[in-house]
Amino acid sequence: MLLECNKLCKYYGGKAALNNIDLQLERGKIIGLLGPNGSGKTTLIKILSGILTPSGGEVKISDKNIGIETKKIVSYLPERTYLSDWMTVRQTLDFFKDFYEDFSEETALDMLQKLNIQTSEKLRTMSKGTREKVQLILVMSRNAELYLLDEPIGGVDPAARDYILKTIISNFNENASVIISTHLISDVENILDDVIFLKYGDIVLHSAVDEIREQNGKSVDALFREVFAC
Amino acid sequence: MPWNFNSNTPIYIQIIEQIKFSIAVGEYRAGDKLLSVRELAAEAEVNPNTMQKALSELERGGLLYTQRTSGRFITSDEKLIEQLRTQLAKEQAENFINKMKLLGYSPDEAAEFLKNYK
Repeated sequence: MLLECNKLCKYYGGKAALNNIDLQLERGKIIGLLGPNGSGKTTLIKILSGILTPSGGEVKISDKNIGIETKKIVSYLPERTYLSDWMTVRQTLDFFKDFYEDFSEETALDMLQKLNIQTSEKLRTMSKGTREKVQLILVMSRNAELYLLDEPIGGVDPAARDYILKTIISNFNENASVIISTHLISDVENILDDVIFLKYGDIVLHSAVDEIREQNGKSVDALFREVFAC
Repeated sequence: MPWNFNSNTPIYIQIIEQIKFSIAVGEYRAGDKLLSVRELAAEAEVNPNTMQKALSELERGGLLYTQRTSGRFITSDEKLIEQLRTQLAKEQAENFINKMKLLGYSPDEAAEFLKNYK
């Protein structure tokens, strides 16, 4: 098992963001983490990446407790960038090389070249979409076991979205899994194996996309709108 | 090949149907080599596991076969391809008859209609 959470919870003050979550994920899957705003998606991802500590419960990634050893095998794309905008693409590559043993500069350069992004370019002078692509390229160029992508297609145009999804499909291997959190379900639905629906900190559904379509005769997007109808 | 998916049925079933159709219309010829799972998945913008599942299913039916070192191929059994064509034609005919029934035509009248249709 790649990921195991037992009775995982997180409180902010008295408010529960995650409520006794039990979750098991295998390797070789792309998983959609879906839920409305404030359902706990980002909290869960931040716990898995080691940025937040849980209030209770247990989390293991590849049988290891969250810490230095899991950070080596977890590649995290945050919702907002942490790269400084004075950096050039070249400097971000060096930054990742310094931090992560599993970073493949060759893979990154190859993808940057395909997108016509110059390594001498500064993040500051790029459009928002290009910056997001650079960030994703860095994250996907690691040979990690678990990729955590928090809203990777939030602010980009449809062509860039297609590129990002293709990058995800072609860069993960069967030893790894990818968790993608997003609101844009219909955009990612075709590339997902499984989906997890989070609602007020609880997992209300964890199922294969094919099963959902077989059993309900409708898309995950349609089911989501039903489950979370306001 | 261009891929089109609706949102109500499982993707792997739609992939199977689309590949079958491509074989039946000769877009894929007997003995043709297929792209790798990963390439096909990227082209169709679907999950590689889903593509794998569809191809395995087609293999089970004999329309595809794998050669251990060199990849995956369309069957060279022309008879099997002919059978597939007939089966798909049958489905189209059924579809037509059912729709005509809804419009108030008996199967004979529907056949007659088709004969006179230019």
